[in-house]
Amino acid sequence: MMLGAVDGVDADAIIIGSGPGGAAVAHSLTQAGWSVILLEKGRNHLLSLQAPFAPLGHFSNDEIKFTQRHFLGPDPILEPRTFRRSLADGDRLLTGEVNNLPSTLGGGGVHADGKLPRFREIDFALRSELGPVEGADIADWPVSYADLEPYYAEAEQLVGVAGEETNPFAAWRSGPFPMPPGADMFGAQISSAAAERAGLHPYRAPTGVNSVEYQGRPACNNCGFCAFYGCPIEAKGDPVGMLRAALETGRCQIIPSAYATEITTDPARTRATGVRYLDLSVAPNAQGDAAVRELRAHHLVLAGGAFETPRLLLRNELGNSSGRVGQHLMFHFQTLVVGAFRERLWGASRGRSVTHLHDDHIDGDSASRAAAQAAGLPWIRGGIVEHGSSTGPVNEALLQGAGPHHPLAMRNSELRERLWVFTMQGEDLSQQSNCVDLDPTVRDAWGFAAGRVTYQPHQHELVTSNHVAPILEGVLRDAGAVWTAGSTSPPVGDHAGASPMGLAPASYHIMGTAKMGFDPLNSVVDPTSRLWDLPNVIIADSSVFPTSTGYGPTLTLVALATRAARLLTGNPLRQSQPT
Amino acid sequence: MQTGLTPTQTLSLIALMNKLVPGDDLSPAAGDSGGAEYVNMLLTAFDYDPPHIWAGGPFSGRHGGAASFENWLELGPWEILAWKSRIEDLNNQYHAGLDSLGPELAEISDEFRELVFTHACEALYGDPVYGGNREMSGWLAIDYRGDSQPKGYTDQEVSAP
Repeated sequence: MMLGAVDGVDADAIIIGSGPGGAAVAHSLTQAGWSVILLEKGRNHLLSLQAPFAPLGHFSNDEIKFTQRHFLGPDPILEPRTFRRSLADGDRLLTGEVNNLPSTLGGGGVHADGKLPRFREIDFALRSELGPVEGADIADWPVSYADLEPYYAEAEQLVGVAGEETNPFAAWRSGPFPMPPGADMFGAQISSAAAERAGLHPYRAPTGVNSVEYQGRPACNNCGFCAFYGCPIEAKGDPVGMLRAALETGRCQIIPSAYATEITTDPARTRATGVRYLDLSVAPNAQGDAAVRELRAHHLVLAGGAFETPRLLLRNELGNSSGRVGQHLMFHFQTLVVGAFRERLWGASRGRSVTHLHDDHIDGDSASRAAAQAAGLPWIRGGIVEHGSSTGPVNEALLQGAGPHHPLAMRNSELRERLWVFTMQGEDLSQQSNCVDLDPTVRDAWGFAAGRVTYQPHQHELVTSNHVAPILEGVLRDAGAVWTAGSTSPPVGDHAGASPMGLAPASYHIMGTAKMGFDPLNSVVDPTSRLWDLPNVIIADSSVFPTSTGYGPTLTLVALATRAARLLTGNPLRQSQPT
Repeated sequence: MQTGLTPTQTLSLIALMNKLVPGDDLSPAAGDSGGAEYVNMLLTAFDYDPPHIWAGGPFSGRHGGAASFENWLELGPWEILAWKSRIEDLNNQYHAGLDSLGPELAEISDEFRELVFTHACEALYGDPVYGGNREMSGWLAIDYRGDSQPKGYTDQEVSAP
């Protein structure tokens, strides 16, 4: 039975996608008394959909299941994606897994290790503050940090963020973090001390992982299986808290294994009327087809992520009067610097995946400004640097390679227990030519065009990475590394043709494919996240980001999604003040 | 279609895995630690109900809590189709690859070598529930505890081990 089956609709709103954005909207709308149906393409491994909505117990400390066997989906046999760097690569360079955020109830929140920084004031006003860059689309956001601050505060409460106010670069806050930070990783203490000696300013990462019991979920017990794993004890502040609260209102129905394929509209195609979806919970019929279902609602919320949301709009030829749907695709350009230590750092087996960050390379200094000038750029901006660990033993073994060296190499564990990694999530400038579109020939298991990424970095990202990487190598050597090495994702320069991380960007921070703006001629959604072309449709994921910034996108997309939902129900939060 | 390995193929696979991921005085070789059992469990995954693709959770029982890894998880109907297709392909690759191995294990394509190496690594260092890592010999050799839930680690063990 559907909820709210009145006025010819099945619910007040249908939400497509159950990741952090969709979950935030489900929470906000149901708290306001609306009925919602939440469609999730992937399976439900997260929680029972019957009261009291207990954990299903499917998550575990299991490297095979999570990293080798597509447990969180999508399975590339069913849902291939394609990638090319530019038109010069032809229709595609590769087919298979491309930036595959989990396709499962809870979305990317399930596998993330939950680093949840806020953006800063300047991130919303980059064009005004720093000016244009040739070949890039540098834009101000149509919302300011002050507009968003109360929603950041609410998002931190909803997800449960542990942190402390010691980052000298952080924007102002209206209140403290909901929880104190968790345990410092041993290796992070070493790398942070070296970073401080280099004049940098490391701080404990704001993390959506409980440091104490929070809203009925336990404190993290440091099991060591964090990034890329679902949490077996619900200590991660992934969307489970928001989804459970929405279910507890009695006004939320979650339908997993529901692949939304068509947005239905009125005849004039000016309002969405509902969704048709494939019911993947039942076996295909004799012809091999999935069952088709249809739902109707007053409002539609697209929260499938910055890859699937534009794919749905493009397939339906909706929302694209600007021609910008799918364009301006951004990742974070990752600079990875690793250092091998003689002592065991324990980073790959104990604690969260990252406990410390530093932000110094975002604004940069006189040396970075000189590097920009030398390259003919007006400015460069890096991103947060994550002080983190590496990987599990299966993945280390694959990196070590076959041969007689293998057993000793694994015991020495230079690529796991004695490895420390700096990952800079560098700001990726928006370029109209970088895009998600529909592959001309590759199809998914249901006959729909696969999503295709076309992406190559701007000179800005290369110059920034080349400037910052030696600094990070120096920090690791000072920390005691016996050797260091740097690389990027996507690979560039001499390494452009091969990388253990693949040729496509490995970043799961995918942004900008339905960007927000003031002008319907060059943006897809308005400043309240509504589609210009279909005002009863909002987008609640990182598609709407006009710029990538150098910070992880999740908390900001949750804040924007909450704001959009509250504006929809006429219940916005009041402006806040610094404390 | 034949599923799983014949005794002859099993012996060939053990030898090949031992060559790719060899042992020494302190570490077991992948084949000797259950590598062929790991592959055979995958190739015959659909002989079991639920299929032996994804082990259950949340706990192994080795560190407290009720043991549940052997409560294998159900696949959805489309996941079944994908995994049946993948496993059929794997069976074909293993049968063709192992049957064409020469006496020196030299008659091997790069693609088959990569497949066997990947599975050797998964077998030796993955959870024993998947058939490899016999008596946790792979983990013990590298001083790795494996899963730790629900006990986990104390803050002290994380910050000052």
